[in-house]
Amino acid sequence: MRAYKPKDDVQAKAYYTDRYYVAPQVPKSDVSEDAVFAADLEAIQAKFEVKEAYIQVEQMVVYINAHDIYGVLKFMRDELSYTQLSEMSAIDWLAKDDTFEIFYQMLSMTKRKRIRIKYFINNGEAVDSVEKLFRCADWSEREMFDMFGIQANNHPFMKRILMPYDWQGNPLLKTYPLEGDEFAAWYEVDKIYGKEARDVIGPEIRDTARVDRYDSERFARLGHEVPKGTEITGDEPANPQEYQEEGGVFLIKKYTKESSKIIDDPQR
Amino acid sequence: MAQHKVNYTQDGGLPVALTSIDKIVNWGRSNSLWALTYGLACCGIEMMASGASRFDFDRYGTIFRASPRQADLMIVAGTLTKKHAEFIKRLYDQMTEPRWVISMGSCANTGGMFNTYATVQGVDRVIPVDLYLPGCAPRPETLQYGVMLLQKKIRANKAGNAQKAKRLM
Repeated sequence: MRAYKPKDDVQAKAYYTDRYYVAPQVPKSDVSEDAVFAADLEAIQAKFEVKEAYIQVEQMVVYINAHDIYGVLKFMRDELSYTQLSEMSAIDWLAKDDTFEIFYQMLSMTKRKRIRIKYFINNGEAVDSVEKLFRCADWSEREMFDMFGIQANNHPFMKRILMPYDWQGNPLLKTYPLEGDEFAAWYEVDKIYGKEARDVIGPEIRDTARVDRYDSERFARLGHEVPKGTEITGDEPANPQEYQEEGGVFLIKKYTKESSKIIDDPQR
Repeated sequence: MAQHKVNYTQDGGLPVALTSIDKIVNWGRSNSLWALTYGLACCGIEMMASGASRFDFDRYGTIFRASPRQADLMIVAGTLTKKHAEFIKRLYDQMTEPRWVISMGSCANTGGMFNTYATVQGVDRVIPVDLYLPGCAPRPETLQYGVMLLQKKIRANKAGNAQKAKRLM
């Protein structure tokens, strides 16, 4: 696994990072600017604690407490007509403050409004499943578990959904290397042939642009092919690419231009 | 039997052709390559097009079979994920010998553009490959040319049971 690099000393390392870079922020506006959202927020605030709320890109974002999530979503579905859970997942903030941000994107077809419910959990904590409210959360929570390792309490089938069951690691974590860790690199070899086959099959070659014309195990020079493993000297005879042997094979004649009849008349 | 008399010595000769066992067995093998349908990604679309009427794989005796036990050619058309790797090995093991494998397209050859944790970096890490087809995706003509090259390769072999079984290890 790739280690977390501390991000608090980026000012000292001006060589690699743009020290004046500020990530662009979409402007946020107050909830009171939209009457529908203001009423919805007031209804939520009457029952649950709301930490922060604002409107961003015509959608309301509401931060709540982690333990309120089932109640808030049930209330929104039954009372506020936000009947669809479009999407839910997590955001990895482990490098910043060792937390995950969980978001639930809600849609009301009657109000034509979208609300995003968010909360933070610490690393290693579990969330409450909303699978009983929205069936689509079943697979979303499994994906969240697969990709981030966040468990959902009361989920009926808390198993990996994309990666194999015996996979190790959570690929969407920012610490997970894109090309995979040691386990991922040898996964298929270990599983099919066993660990002792690693020496025979060899490591993955990740550089797809690599061409070595002296390596006849993996590369063939077009028109100068030699049997696998031959030592390349550079004076290999030309080997024109023809799919048929000279003289043809049993019952099949070789096509030659001379023996074929060419129709010159386009009208025939 | 036909009522009319055919004078074989004069009209077209005897209905007999002389050949060697090697040649006739390899002729049979190379001209009835039954391929396992193995479309894993977009290359599979090109493989299907090769089998359909416009390009017509049946002309080469290549008929797609949905069962590995009826197939002697595996055209791996598409991205092989690590999750799927054990199944390609299992299907390959179920095919009858002699069997051949065409790795079709960049993804099957080397992993292609999917330089990620979830993609097998070339199917030859799992099963032995006879022919690598470049392209993303290779056109049906390329696949048919590849099959014809494979036919040539098959005809160059000895037909007897002396043929060495291909094993990755």
